[in-house]
Amino acid sequence: MTYIVKPKNHHPNLERNELGLTRRDYEGAISTLCAGCGHDSISAAIIDACFQLSIPSYQVAKLSGIGCSSKAPAYFLNQSHGFNSVHGRMPSIATGANVANHELLYLGVSGDGDSASIGIGQFIHAARRQPNMIYIVENNGTYGLTKGQFSATNDLESKSKYGEDNLFPAIDLCGMAIQLGASFVARGFSGDKDQLVPLLKAAINHKGFCLLDIISPCVTFNNHNTSTKSYDHIREHNESVSRPDFVPLGKEITAEYSEGENIDVALHDGSILSLEKLSDDYNPLDKKSALENLIKSEKEGKVTTGLLYIDPNAKDLKETINMTDKPLNKLEDGDLCPGNKYISSLNDKLR
Amino acid sequence: MSKIESINEFVIKFANVNGSGSASANQMFAKGVFRSGIPVSPKNIFPSNIQGLPTWFEVRVSEKGYLGRKDGIDIFVAMNPQSYYQDLQELNSGGYFIYDSSWERKFDREDVNVLGIPLVKLCLEFPNLKQRLLFKNLVYVGALSFMLGIDKEIYIKLIEEQFKGKEKLIAPNIRALEIGFEYAKENLEDACDIRVKKSNKTDGLILTSGNDAAGLGSVYGGATVCAWYPITPSTSMAESFTKYCEDLRIDPETGKNNFAIIQAEDELAAVGMAIGANWNGARAFTATSGPGISLMGEFIGLAYFSEVPLVIFNIQRGGPSTGMPTRTQQSDILACAFASHGDTKHVLLFPSDPKECFDFAVEAFDLADQLQTPVFFMSDLDLGMNDWSTPEFEWDDSRIINRGKVLNYEDLENMDTEYGRYNDVDGDGIPYRTYPGTHPSKGAYFNRGTSHDAFARYTEDGKIHAEVLLRLSKKYQTASKILPGPKFNQDKNTSSMGVIYFGSTDVSMQEALDSMTEEGIAIDAMRIRSFPFNLEVWEFIEDHDLLFIVEQNRDGQMRTLIMAEGGIIPDKLVSILCFDGQPITADFISTKIISHLSGKPEAALIGGTS
Ligand SMILES: Cc1ncc(C[n+]2csc(CCOP(=O)(O)OP(=O)(O)O)c2C)c(N)n1
Ligand code: SF4
Ligand SMILES: [Mg+2]
Repeated sequence: MTYIVKPKNHHPNLERNELGLTRRDYEGAISTLCAGCGHDSISAAIIDACFQLSIPSYQVAKLSGIGCSSKAPAYFLNQSHGFNSVHGRMPSIATGANVANHELLYLGVSGDGDSASIGIGQFIHAARRQPNMIYIVENNGTYGLTKGQFSATNDLESKSKYGEDNLFPAIDLCGMAIQLGASFVARGFSGDKDQLVPLLKAAINHKGFCLLDIISPCVTFNNHNTSTKSYDHIREHNESVSRPDFVPLGKEITAEYSEGENIDVALHDGSILSLEKLSDDYNPLDKKSALENLIKSEKEGKVTTGLLYIDPNAKDLKETINMTDKPLNKLEDGDLCPGNKYISSLNDKLR
Repeated sequence: MSKIESINEFVIKFANVNGSGSASANQMFAKGVFRSGIPVSPKNIFPSNIQGLPTWFEVRVSEKGYLGRKDGIDIFVAMNPQSYYQDLQELNSGGYFIYDSSWERKFDREDVNVLGIPLVKLCLEFPNLKQRLLFKNLVYVGALSFMLGIDKEIYIKLIEEQFKGKEKLIAPNIRALEIGFEYAKENLEDACDIRVKKSNKTDGLILTSGNDAAGLGSVYGGATVCAWYPITPSTSMAESFTKYCEDLRIDPETGKNNFAIIQAEDELAAVGMAIGANWNGARAFTATSGPGISLMGEFIGLAYFSEVPLVIFNIQRGGPSTGMPTRTQQSDILACAFASHGDTKHVLLFPSDPKECFDFAVEAFDLADQLQTPVFFMSDLDLGMNDWSTPEFEWDDSRIINRGKVLNYEDLENMDTEYGRYNDVDGDGIPYRTYPGTHPSKGAYFNRGTSHDAFARYTEDGKIHAEVLLRLSKKYQTASKILPGPKFNQDKNTSSMGVIYFGSTDVSMQEALDSMTEEGIAIDAMRIRSFPFNLEVWEFIEDHDLLFIVEQNRDGQMRTLIMAEGGIIPDKLVSILCFDGQPITADFISTKIISHLSGKPEAALIGGTS
């Protein structure tokens, strides 16, 4: 058997959250990804965010497509149901699952091949339909699982490990998502957990479609010195637009900022996302400025990270299609079947 | 000149221009006959076009209840000069050719009765051109009402029903009807010897389409999620579901929907959404046709292998490729039975009339849940889009939704062994599933299309993989025991010959069987209703030396399935195949069978048209 079960011996002094659970209770099977793969750091950040927010794992559904990145859901949140679907089609599975039961937290995990190539149609339509979900792209600029072909997010100037030129320009999923109507768009870096965990926590509490495009270096195929998705390149060129701090409902904001330097965004459940501005023209509440900043930093060869855009009041899919509050999968026979009375009146109409 | 004489047995065909508003008048004509107590089978023969091209509407009227398509037209209402020539050729000798004599024409067939009605001229009293063109359709309905002796009051009532809520339109429509009626009374008194005489042969029948019935059946079957992408001829099935949901599934207190209907970006997304919803415990389906099935392939395999319930309504049309989008065929049998790569085999249902479309739609959702696998509902354009005289719907209020093997919180709480999603606990090949979010610490699993063990864990162990494939075969055996069994035409087999057929062929088959009996040919008949085949199917095949298999495709796909699944020798199975896109006729079937029996070469049995 190729499945490895992690031994579960809890240290008595491990930190516990409001559910009395330790961080280890949020782990999954032992990862089979390459040592140092960015994807594993993202799994770790997801574990941290869920642990810190005391999310009951069984209320989470993990969904993915195909790729090294799409394997990741097996490596966190063991008590959650998971659905590893087919290449590029996670968004449709997520959308269907979402309308079946809107009460769960939907964590979609995809790769740049999965989302920017084979699945770009589904990515686009999920962003515009806005199912209430977190859509994570573990973006390494390459097809890890099929051994290092260029992906559509690989920068034009970024050569392959074997020195081949990349002939086509990169797709910027964040810019696309903002234009398409996604209501929460952020870029992160697997190597910057301090930024990633608060972004994830904010996304968990945001209602609507959250895109987290996370640069996640592939140590095996795209971490060489002519790659723009290597650890070194990202560390050098990463420009964070804000320092996010997620403040759960009922907690006070403790960080001190001088006036005009931070933006507090109230999320739909009353929790607060506090953003310390690191750039003057940063305004994540304004679509136009969010897009302009992206274009500007691209020109300057910078990798902008942080929360790029948020619309805290956007309608999600459930609202748009006027779905009932009771999850569809909990409706009972009486809610569903109109019975014989209607059938006989219909028969009369059809004569 | 000879005139066809008939009471309550004839075929009338209307030739119109697509988009000219004729469809509802033609429909009304058919319904008037139906309300006179005579079964009808109206069929729309339409181009893949929105406006301008010729379109036909054919109504077979048969008190005997023979409602399959029939070649040869008795009355032609020819409203499209573009198709006059072609239409005239289709008319039986002694038939009636009604045309708009506002522009007089000569027609070069001596053996038919040409009846001119100056329709447009009669409509001059209506103020504008648009109205004149629209009302001219009702003028010919009025004329037909007189000529055939159909009670005018029936049509007046139909107009009132149709324009309920748009009262302003009632009076001018009735006026148009009267104009036609009066004109015929004065000018065409004895012109036509075909009559409609009131009868009671529609007692217990309704007039509806298979797609409408399937949409309703999906509501009754407890479906809450429909994800679809428009494609003829399945679109009206999704629309029917939408209509019935809007009528029946909006919470009266909150005004919110107890359903979700999503028009997806393509068929891949449509089926993906249906799979995601089903995995999460809401009954979900998609409706499509051949090209959509091709696109859905990869996902169908995922649902099969990871055992997610799924209902796919395949309203078949003329293939291959884009083929004849507005014509009928039964040519996706093999594509659906084995859809997707690897070893897959799927459950298929073959409804034969709208009543069965309703019943099988309800059943499909129970079967998908019980078997945890995709279920294909194999309708076709003729059955799906045309109104049929069909037995009225029935519903038993004591019926409850059967969700199959699903463990709830208590089940999991009381379980003392480890839960394994793919554990064949009962030995029938069907494991137990759980919905996400059921229990805090038990029952979670990882649904995947990669090879997995009984606990849904990834494996590359070949032995385990083979075991899973064998278990799926076992499940398939279980399926054959619970699927709807075949229908037989006889209580006991009496002949050494049999005929096998399925789906919408039923209506023409009944007529063919009667005509063969009249000619002294005894033949047993079996209608297959599902795949994998039940034991009774094999017994019937075993019991006969020679079997005709009637199908509406080129390659004898059902025959291939029977040969492959049962190891039946090909010599025993003779194909009768119609694949020109027109619904198969009784004459076609009986002629082919008789010619085979009279020793003509088998090749004669294969052909598109009769
Ligand atoms: C339909 C289909 N085509 C091709 C493949 C092969 N394939 C598997 S993963 C993959 C690319 C994955 O790239 P990405 O999504 O970026 O994930 P990564 O491995 O880089 O994390 C491809 C092409 C497949 N599984 N399915
Ligand atoms: S190949 Fe690359 S993406 Fe895949 S596991 Fe290894 S490092 Fe990660
Ligand atoms: Mg990648």
